[in-house]
Amino acid sequence: RLPILHVRGETKMSQQAANGDRCRAKVLTVETMNPNVKRVEYAVRGPIVQRAVQLEKELKQGAKKPFTEVIKANIGDAHAMGQKPITFFRQVLALCAYPALLEEEKFPEDAKQRARRILAACGGHSIGAYSASQGIECIRQDVSRYIEKRDGGIPSNPDNIYLSTGASDAIVTMLKLLVCGEGRQRTGVMISIPQYPLYSAALADLAAVQINYYLDEDKSWSLDVAELRRSLNAAREHCNPRVLCIINPGNPTGQVQSRQCIEDVIRFAKEERLFLMADEVYQDNVYAEGCKFHSFKKVLFEMGPEYSSTVEMASFHSTSKCFMGECGFRGGYMEVINMDPAVKAQLIKLVSVRLCPPVPGQALMDLVVNPPQPDEPSYTTFVKEKTAVLAALAEKASITEQAFNTMPGFTCNPVQGAMYTFPRISIPQKAIDKAKELGQVPDMFYCMKLLEEEGICLVPGSGFGQRDGTFHFRMTILPPTEKLKIVLQRIKDFHLRFTQEFS
Amino acid sequence: MSAPLQINPNVKNIQQVQNEKLARLAEQIKEDIRRGSIKSFKEVIDVSWGNPHNGGLKPQTFVRQVLAACVYPELLDSEQLEADVKQRAQKLLMCVGGSIGSYTNTAGIPEVVQGITEFISRRDGGVPCHPENIFISSGSQWCLSNILRVLVNTKALLPTAVLSPVPCHPTMMLSLTAEGVIPVPYHLCEEEGWALKGEELQRALQSAHGVCNPVALYVINPGNPAGLVQSRASIQEIIRFVYERRLFLLADEVYQDCVCGADSQFISYKQVLVEMGPPYSDSVELASFHSASKGMMGECGLRGGYVELVNVDPAVMEYIYMLFSMDICASLSGQMAIDLMTNPPQPDEPSYPLYWQEKEEIRRTLVHNARKAIEAVNLLVGFSCQPVHGGAFMFPRVNLPLRAIQSAQEAGLPPDMFYCMRLLEEVGLLVSPGCDYQQEKGTYHIRICIMVQEEILDELLRRLKIFHTKFMKEFS
Repeated sequence: RLPILHVRGETKMSQQAANGDRCRAKVLTVETMNPNVKRVEYAVRGPIVQRAVQLEKELKQGAKKPFTEVIKANIGDAHAMGQKPITFFRQVLALCAYPALLEEEKFPEDAKQRARRILAACGGHSIGAYSASQGIECIRQDVSRYIEKRDGGIPSNPDNIYLSTGASDAIVTMLKLLVCGEGRQRTGVMISIPQYPLYSAALADLAAVQINYYLDEDKSWSLDVAELRRSLNAAREHCNPRVLCIINPGNPTGQVQSRQCIEDVIRFAKEERLFLMADEVYQDNVYAEGCKFHSFKKVLFEMGPEYSSTVEMASFHSTSKCFMGECGFRGGYMEVINMDPAVKAQLIKLVSVRLCPPVPGQALMDLVVNPPQPDEPSYTTFVKEKTAVLAALAEKASITEQAFNTMPGFTCNPVQGAMYTFPRISIPQKAIDKAKELGQVPDMFYCMKLLEEEGICLVPGSGFGQRDGTFHFRMTILPPTEKLKIVLQRIKDFHLRFTQEFS
Repeated sequence: MSAPLQINPNVKNIQQVQNEKLARLAEQIKEDIRRGSIKSFKEVIDVSWGNPHNGGLKPQTFVRQVLAACVYPELLDSEQLEADVKQRAQKLLMCVGGSIGSYTNTAGIPEVVQGITEFISRRDGGVPCHPENIFISSGSQWCLSNILRVLVNTKALLPTAVLSPVPCHPTMMLSLTAEGVIPVPYHLCEEEGWALKGEELQRALQSAHGVCNPVALYVINPGNPAGLVQSRASIQEIIRFVYERRLFLLADEVYQDCVCGADSQFISYKQVLVEMGPPYSDSVELASFHSASKGMMGECGLRGGYVELVNVDPAVMEYIYMLFSMDICASLSGQMAIDLMTNPPQPDEPSYPLYWQEKEEIRRTLVHNARKAIEAVNLLVGFSCQPVHGGAFMFPRVNLPLRAIQSAQEAGLPPDMFYCMRLLEEVGLLVSPGCDYQQEKGTYHIRICIMVQEEILDELLRRLKIFHTKFMKEFS
């Protein structure tokens, strides 16, 4: 990207630039720009993905490669991998988009009824009107009811619900709200290693102090309070730890925390006076036998008033994952618990900067929390579709995990939930040296080579964090089963070649 | 833990927008009416935001049909939809791999980005536009926040500042403060139709000396809340100013389709910049913002906006890309809205006649409303309103009687907020108070969105007249 401005088809550079003279200094340079932004990395969309996009372009233009398509197993995008949307949701959203369709016979009555209700709550009966910054009120009420039902009747107040542009928006907003202080008093935020790199990116952008706590790879990536304590105590030396982030079910690790573990974390948060951020976007994606999703809120309240009236928390959910996979709609919400009203007053100001979340995303969230009921016409199809999606994911989780565990050079923890595998790979010393030569981290070197030779795009473990000396990659379990099996075979073959090349 | 002391100071510094209080009061009043409370009005008229659909204007049929077909592709078999609707939906679906539930490239669907470049080029008389310089996000303010964040120079001795107009819409103020950027106000000249004066920019810049580090100039053209549309000469003056003073230029052009003044014409900063030639054209760093929320589409709720970056350092562009990638991508509804805005039906296509009719109707409404509203308001004693040449608002000045100002002070309210509260309570009209927009000290204004159905405009003018006459009588 050169700073050339074309004028009416001609390339026209100023004389200075053409002569290579020192151009007039720009206002915005790498030196003058926000130094925090320079530290931001987001591996899921980082250099390897950019290369994958480049390769796709080249393929489209007819270039010959050892592969005919680039398989993007780097991002948790279910529809991109062929998963079908839920019919009921799309029907209601179409009715909201173009209300003239309400006259059509082909749409079921329960879909029409939901659409009418949503439209009635929109300004001018249009999803094109701004909503209140916190989100459409009746949708927030529906979200509350869903949470109450999910959590066995524990009350949820719609005032504590903030609809957002995907869960990411709400997560970044909360971090933005909480990060303050200078020097040794700078807010420290605990995040798991490995973690979803939105957290590390947001912390870099906010110049918050990132406090790493390691999940235990040898114990299915479980969380140990002793490790939380170790990491917190070390961090107290140089910052003011105030926030603890946890992703459950986990990303990239897929672990589903046990109820005991959640209680331990809550107890820890109370003792150490930490604000808990519970990222629960994969709450419906639980596959493994014996694993169950326990919401942090539910566990908190079941621990009694000593905890439920003191621990401050935000839980996050999204329309992008679970059985819907509607990433493009950017729907999400957070529920805040025990937040000081004065702090809420600050939160609403911050939320107003975005004006409002996309209304189609809000509408979709309403449908997620208010799906067809047994007595409604769309129920049967809805349940069939939802079950099929979750069953397919469970099957693929199992296939992937098994495949990696039978491949030499790989060990893979059980994929208890979420949408990813995060296998550990052995990289020969020669390859590590070669990577160093090229100025690349070893697993990036590995993944880049895999991309160039097989057209498979994964994200290197270094993008998520891992123990020193270990290497991983994150691969989604989303491709259609047959394609998934092929991808796994090709990774196996690649690994063999790679190991031989660098032995 | 999260007691008020331990909050990001940038967030604490964000000024409470009075409009929020009015909105809550409006909700309360609506609730009272629902419960059977008797008032002089049956419903609250809300013209406090630039929210055209809320004001009764209809979405464009073509846009909604394409959107519906993309959302529920079974509709592609429907007899009810025109061929071009189906074609457009199919094309969009193909671009996103079959489902609008997918994420897209960070900067936006490549074909949509390409369409934007062609739109910009057509608009600007053929001046080329490059796809790598475009980023789509969930609203133009989102793009603006990202650019502001990059501009913040924490290494400089003085805090980063941006020259911003007085009056200015509150969302910009929110964005600046949230990013820790200091606004340096430059006053638009009310008596001259809110004109932007070079001397005033100089004065503003001078005032920053030793206090803060201005890195950018933010202009809104057409204005918000001020209804000005800049002339080419005025734009050239600004460009020369930023060139000489070494400022990044932020041009908020979201109302570029809302030109209602007979002698006014929108011309983009980019076009003028390029036509000025070197040294300006290859050195002035410019970010131009546009949105699907405004104009004849008014699709605020779909959240679609974009920024075009010109002459930005390529190394910095990499970091800007990284920032946008943290959001993953703009909402698909927003990207589609942008695509349909930049690529409307063509004259030879079946949807064109209806599209044209709907668009022109809204345009006529805007022109009609601007004229009618100004006339009506200027007839009210104590009100004076500058002509609205563009944008979606009128921003009349109201000379409040001393006794009203005193009552406001007693109530602990800014005087125009006091006026707005009474307006809402007594006649059910929700407008926004000038205190939210920064204004010349000692002056009071209200902002009214005039992109509304004509019937609603008539009604709101009626209510305003009744209220204002009574109010002035009470406090004179």
